[in-house]
Amino acid sequence: MLQDKDRIFTNLYGAHSPELEAAKKRGAWHLTKEMLDLGPDWLCDQIKASGLRGRGGAGFPTGLKWTFMPKEVRDRPHYLVVNADESEPGTCKDREIMRHDPHLLIEGCMVASRAMRAHKCYVYIRGEYIAERHALEKAVKEAYEARLIGQNNLNGWDFDLYVHHGAGAYICGEETALLESLEGKKGQPRLKPPFPANAGLYGCPTTVNNVESIAVVPTILRRGAQWFSAFGRPNNSGTKLFCISGHVNKPCNVEEEMSITFRELIETHCGGIRGGWENLKAVIPGGSSVPMVPAEQIMDAYMDFDTLRDLKSGLGTAAVIVMDKQTDLIKAIARLAYFYKHESCGQCTPCREGTGWMWRVLERMVKGEATHDEIDTLLDVTKQVEGHTICALGDAAAWPIQGLIRHFRHEIEDRINRYRLPRAMVQGAVIAAE
Amino acid sequence: MALRRFDLDAGGSSFAFKPETEEKIAFWRGKYPADKQRSAVIPLLWLAQKDNNGWLSEPAMREVADRLEMPYIRVYEVATFYTMFRLQPVGKFHVQLCGTTPCQLRGAEDLKEVCTKEIGKPMHVTDDQRLSWEEVECLGACVNAPMVQINDDYFEDLTPETLSGILSRLRNGADAKSGPQVARVNSAPEGGTSVLTDPALYDGSKSRLAELPNLPGAAAPPPAPPPAPKVEPEAPKPPPADDLKRINGIGPKFEQMLLDMGVRTFAQIAGWSQETVVSIEAKFGFKDRIDREKWVAQARMLAEGRIDEHDLIFGRGKD
Repeated sequence: MLQDKDRIFTNLYGAHSPELEAAKKRGAWHLTKEMLDLGPDWLCDQIKASGLRGRGGAGFPTGLKWTFMPKEVRDRPHYLVVNADESEPGTCKDREIMRHDPHLLIEGCMVASRAMRAHKCYVYIRGEYIAERHALEKAVKEAYEARLIGQNNLNGWDFDLYVHHGAGAYICGEETALLESLEGKKGQPRLKPPFPANAGLYGCPTTVNNVESIAVVPTILRRGAQWFSAFGRPNNSGTKLFCISGHVNKPCNVEEEMSITFRELIETHCGGIRGGWENLKAVIPGGSSVPMVPAEQIMDAYMDFDTLRDLKSGLGTAAVIVMDKQTDLIKAIARLAYFYKHESCGQCTPCREGTGWMWRVLERMVKGEATHDEIDTLLDVTKQVEGHTICALGDAAAWPIQGLIRHFRHEIEDRINRYRLPRAMVQGAVIAAE
Repeated sequence: MALRRFDLDAGGSSFAFKPETEEKIAFWRGKYPADKQRSAVIPLLWLAQKDNNGWLSEPAMREVADRLEMPYIRVYEVATFYTMFRLQPVGKFHVQLCGTTPCQLRGAEDLKEVCTKEIGKPMHVTDDQRLSWEEVECLGACVNAPMVQINDDYFEDLTPETLSGILSRLRNGADAKSGPQVARVNSAPEGGTSVLTDPALYDGSKSRLAELPNLPGAAAPPPAPPPAPKVEPEAPKPPPADDLKRINGIGPKFEQMLLDMGVRTFAQIAGWSQETVVSIEAKFGFKDRIDREKWVAQARMLAEGRIDEHDLIFGRGKD
């Protein structure tokens, strides 16, 4: 278990004041000028050495991402855009940072901007987070008034931070869709290349980072890259905010060491599985977009990028959705399919049509009103949606269904059998609708 | 994709921002470069929705388009794409009920029944114009599931009874407390947390670091030790061994034999029972010597730190 002294988000639950003075007492805005004075190369090297991987789901090394920005600022300004459009079902960690530890985020934005030679930063926060937006705006105002940020500030790097908000579109969590939305358009992802580091916001070099990735940066620099990389297994270093929801006794957010085992995570912080460990059925370990893992495989697995990838799933945003044996898994996945149908931006045909098709088939499978070979057809369609769209929403819609069929195909078959048993069957005939 | 259409009848033919909103409009427009004012379209539509009783009429969209010098169709596109823009009238309190899997697993379907019973079909406005509801996708408060958002506020950890109570309070013009509806602080576990209790986190000691680690020019930091593969928690470390030779009668040979048996401290010897003494003597191959030389009494004295007293009575032992 991670010790209190090694926690980065020391006001995770909002037990203390989020305001500047209290945040400073907890260590924020300490030695910031010294960090900024050391320049982009040192900053990028330190973050690379810390092994920090992006906390928004894909797990791309953050320090490396920063180095993709041009080395000199030419005619186009550089931008940092922080992705606070936290909409992945199961995920609610950035919300806690913004409402309870906003100064860590603001400081992180400034340091990251220095590392990529940007003077402007936009934080794109999801529209529904109204209280969180007000909390962040308040903290930004405090930072301006204390001359920590702004033009000619005390830290010696001109830096402006603006909070922008969306209006309820999951797809705007995709980085190029987010940029489109920030430019005042529909949030439809862009084709890549060009990548945002070359042509992002307003056509200027831009890096998009998750809130958590940015907010941990100042603390890593203050305590040293080695401190951070000592947590977790190699290549999966650091501490991480876990959001545990679903069928545990006490769902909660908690900061823990990477590579903690699932069992320890649940036992230490969530009071165990509802109905005991024998009652665990499956877990979605990284937000709705990753395939589920059945109980016997997840129980003692390490919660990190590589272990979960080997289990054909992923750490994603570390949003752990726990499902016990009373769960109707088909229904749970059908609801996710509806989510993706609802949130598809409609740009690419495989996703726009595929998500709706997959949802309709799954809804029939919830009742059992399907045939056995439709399971294979469904699997085939998921394979055809996957990888054939501009952004990863198509993949995200396909994976949960693939996970369901991979591990719980027998449940779908049982349900179909149960539905058909009392009904007169004619070989080859379509099942009569009720 | 969500299919969304305007309600042209209910919107009337005109819309104007409230005078007090102008300041907010200027605030938002100030965030974007002068030639990129289009970026402000979502915040301005949101303000327009606030000024139009919680929904967005077509004249309101045109007002925003005119202000930002955008073609109307570009604003229509945005308004129909983003689902927080409501295109038909809603009640004074509009309930957005999260129905996505994490909330569904913890009982969002029962909440839907409550809403249907107390309000009616989704997007139906009650006769007193106070309530309406719809099901929305994940609102990002999954550890506080199930939950609803009513206007700007989150109501979390609901049960059918608490939701029903909130709805009737709002219907009757009373306030309802937002946030978790059970005994928990925000996203901490129900009943209190065992983490973030160290007072040193909050006493200012975190901001007393003199200089940053890993400064350039300083000796390169030793490469991070390869993190040990995670193992089961180690057994508690045994206390450091005492110098057992301090006991008069124990020499280097006996000490080694005792260490091999796992006897490392004075305290252990002090706790020997008569049976233990007999069995140890059997191992060492002598009889009555431990009693005779009073090892146990010596050890007790040494363990209690009465060293001078021990040396006075028993001598210093063979060290």
